[in-house]
Amino acid sequence: MKSAVVLFPGSNRERDAVRALRLVCGSEPKVVWHGDSELPSGTDLVVLPGGFSYGDYLRCGAIAARSPVMDAVRKHADAGGLVLGICNGFQILCESGLLPGVLMRNAQMRFQCRVVGLRVENSDTPFTRGYNAGQVIHIPVAHGEGNYEADAETLTRLEGDGRIAYRYCGPNGELEPKYNINGAIASIAGIVSEKHNVLGLMPHPENHVEEQMGSTDGRGLFAGMLEHVSRAA
Amino acid sequence: MKARVTVTLKPSILDPQGKAIEGALKSLGVGGIASVRQGKIFEIEVEGGDKAKAEAALKQAADKLLANTVIENYRVEIE
Repeated sequence: MKSAVVLFPGSNRERDAVRALRLVCGSEPKVVWHGDSELPSGTDLVVLPGGFSYGDYLRCGAIAARSPVMDAVRKHADAGGLVLGICNGFQILCESGLLPGVLMRNAQMRFQCRVVGLRVENSDTPFTRGYNAGQVIHIPVAHGEGNYEADAETLTRLEGDGRIAYRYCGPNGELEPKYNINGAIASIAGIVSEKHNVLGLMPHPENHVEEQMGSTDGRGLFAGMLEHVSRAA
Repeated sequence: MKARVTVTLKPSILDPQGKAIEGALKSLGVGGIASVRQGKIFEIEVEGGDKAKAEAALKQAADKLLANTVIENYRVEIE
């Protein structure tokens, strides 16, 4: 699988993404600068990593979403290529219109930095097929603006089309407000695009891929993408 | 020409920053504050003297970048 990790000024999780891809998918990703207008040829997966692109100035992800590389990312997504936006990457995907909705300040007014429970809602996407539907995994979060919001019509569409990939949950998959760490509508932690080839996710699966990290729960996400690409080939 | 674009959250959108400021004002003992909503102001210097042209450019700026119209409203004022 050929993957590319986009580097924006202010990204700070690109190395974690590169390391996870190298470890789980077994190939070396290319790092692409945000000012580039093309992706390396044959790219299967583009990762928009976490961090604080452009210092979160204006709105999180707003300026990065309008950078030259995003036209290439949009073309890649339109052609059915995989795009994974993690944390700030999710904010960039929403700001660029590749995913619907917005990420607001955490409703509890606190930056959240901890490991959370995530329930896999739909195992029929490239980003979730490495798990079983209903499975609970544990993944770290670190964000101040991860409160996903969408209007009622969008939410109905997301629910109806199986586009909610992950939700914040308790140890046994409970969807109670106390487990919804940022107040996101319907406890949404990650959604996919209409064609299921773009995922935006607030938690950081790349930080739970080795025993030394305390858990390997994030591996399934990368393994699933690899399987998807291998089967398509 | 001096212009100003004011961006505010739509009234239906939760504003945790405004709520935090509201709480802080109350704890500081500032009386008579019912509620606070916060937003952004962009002070922009526009080239040339054509007001209609300036307004069109500022609207484009707001729609393309300054505001996220899913959640925010904006107002353009030219002096």
